[in-house]
Amino acid sequence: MRFFRQLVLAIAALAVVVAYSPQVSAQSGKPIKIGFSMALTGVLGAGGKSALIAMEIWRDDVNKKGGLLGRPVELVYYDDATTPAKVPAIYTKLLNVDKVDLVVSSYGTDVIAPAMPIVMRSGKVFLGLFGLDVNHKFKYDRYFQIMPAGPNPAQDWSRGFFDIAKEKGLKSVAIAGADAEFAQNAVKGARANAKQDGLNIVYDKSFPPSTADFTPILRAIQATNPDIIYFGSYPANSVGIVKAANELGLKAKLVGGGMVGLQFAAIMKNLGPGLNNLVNYDFWVPAKTLKFPGIDEFLKKYQAAAAGKGVDLLGHYLPPWAYAYMQVLGQSVEATKSLDDKKLAEYIHKTTFNTVVGPVKFGKNGEWATSRALMIQFRGVKANNLDQFKMEGTRVVLKPDTVKSGDIMFPYKQ
Amino acid sequence: MDASLFLNAIAAGILLGGFYAAVALGLSIVFGQLDIVNIAHPAFIVAGSYLVFALNGGFGLDPVIAGILLMPIFFAVGVLVYRVYYAAFERTGRESLAGLAFFFGLMFVIEVLFIIFYGVDYRLVEADYIGKQIEIGLVGIPWRMLVPFCAALVMTGAIYLFLSRTFLGRAILAVSQDRLALQLMGADPVKIKQIAFGIGIATAALAGALLIMIGPVEPTIGRLYIGRIFAIIVLGGMGSIPGTLVAALIIGLSESIVTTYIGPSWAPTVAFGFLLITLAVRPQGLFGRL
Repeated sequence: MRFFRQLVLAIAALAVVVAYSPQVSAQSGKPIKIGFSMALTGVLGAGGKSALIAMEIWRDDVNKKGGLLGRPVELVYYDDATTPAKVPAIYTKLLNVDKVDLVVSSYGTDVIAPAMPIVMRSGKVFLGLFGLDVNHKFKYDRYFQIMPAGPNPAQDWSRGFFDIAKEKGLKSVAIAGADAEFAQNAVKGARANAKQDGLNIVYDKSFPPSTADFTPILRAIQATNPDIIYFGSYPANSVGIVKAANELGLKAKLVGGGMVGLQFAAIMKNLGPGLNNLVNYDFWVPAKTLKFPGIDEFLKKYQAAAAGKGVDLLGHYLPPWAYAYMQVLGQSVEATKSLDDKKLAEYIHKTTFNTVVGPVKFGKNGEWATSRALMIQFRGVKANNLDQFKMEGTRVVLKPDTVKSGDIMFPYKQ
Repeated sequence: MDASLFLNAIAAGILLGGFYAAVALGLSIVFGQLDIVNIAHPAFIVAGSYLVFALNGGFGLDPVIAGILLMPIFFAVGVLVYRVYYAAFERTGRESLAGLAFFFGLMFVIEVLFIIFYGVDYRLVEADYIGKQIEIGLVGIPWRMLVPFCAALVMTGAIYLFLSRTFLGRAILAVSQDRLALQLMGADPVKIKQIAFGIGIATAALAGALLIMIGPVEPTIGRLYIGRIFAIIVLGGMGSIPGTLVAALIIGLSESIVTTYIGPSWAPTVAFGFLLITLAVRPQGLFGRL
């Protein structure tokens, strides 16, 4: 019986060990090791795993061409489970035990910010993947963030949404955001935009990310009768909000903003027509204005790799950007012929990179020099059909004007 | 005060409370009556959600019917898990810390299995009534919340009647109170406990169906509910089925009313504050016995 008990405990311990063990891609020779934590499980696991597939595609593409500086590239990564508390230990191990040559970030503000002090102490160049305004307080001159939120990310992120409100002459706004790093940064920017535009903020509250039913929140918002409703939410919240909004017939003229999850294939397919007329942020959608060299080939590879892996099947939202931030790093290493962080940082600051998401130029604070955060509107979405999202038309680009693909259907609902 | 807003806040709170009751019911039996800290219970609920997702997507089965069909399978799994737990820990009196580690490990195993087989993408179910609501006077009731509420009430009522009106049910209540006395009556406490544990896990199948009806699930989403579930069980009084229902309704109502009138971020504070005050005044919980 003692053996049996030990066996049960050993299996449980093994499961924990497996869950936390490093996953190293096998390469031959003296590889260049790129280390990172990634949200492979937890709240952002769906996005993180699709990002990893994109990064592996980049690694394979680079290695097929002979690697970087003639050396193969190896990815060394650990699952941070979208848990900020795990991140510092992971980067400490990557830098001190695994002795990686380069580091990049996990996916999302909440798990990028905790890595910053560790990476800064080591003086490493740090490429960020969808961190919203992370460098605002750190002011680290070797941090570069691939999401095209612009030089003032918190505010630029939602600028397009409020530009639409301004053009339509809307007067009042309700703001609701989840109690977590990203969403709070998003609503902070929305609040600043609303004040800048002289809008009357009639509702401004946070909600716990674990909120199960959004009906009471939407009814409380509805009672304030706003023209605009801006949400900063995570995937499960966004689904709850859209469902509740449709059930109670939410009345406002402009609804959406910073809702994460409405870019994911499974969620878009399930919500179907319930998405129609929502205006939400995005970074890439199928549109003639966003056809950059290499994007179609990349998506083809991604969609083949993602099939059957329980991740986003379209790969429009995060994967191109995960591929692109690796492209920035790879192009910098090749151009400087070095892994020296000082040289790499100087090169990244002064260069415009050609990537699958278009030309990328970073500003002084490591954010995009000019914002290209999209505001898209869902239009004519039908029930239970994933293929419709592969084509132009169901997500119309409203802002910025430089890549606009159509005009807004207004109002959201009356 | 806007009557419509108030009435809708009450209605939403009651519906939400019903859902919380369904989620907490199984653990109320396992933790409250058997004194087994099954921290993996939310993982079983998520397992129920995934299997309901498979039946809904593969065969077009209604989520609630799928959940009910899965209950016997979950019962059998529960019996098996208890047998392992008993043989490895409870029999030798090592259940407190080692048992907790066992269930913690089990939670990881379940989560990792679903990550391997289903990935980490969000999963949702479809049913004709999801997305619609009925209007009763000033109150709008979404079917997405009404169906889980009704299912939770039926399940809670059935468990209550089973425990209070049948020999086996009374034996389960007895094993939680006096194991030796039960043995003297000729009943086998281990068999009684394994049936009770099986029933607790069986409720997770239906609770999982209700969870995935309300919102999307991913393998680790059950962790968000651990604190709330234990709070409901303690507030209701350990092992009391009516207490669990009443406590869940109180938590649901307080969350809804606070969300509507004060702000959503205050909802957990007020709910857990209510728990603390109740325990200060009545340490055994609302329906518990000292």
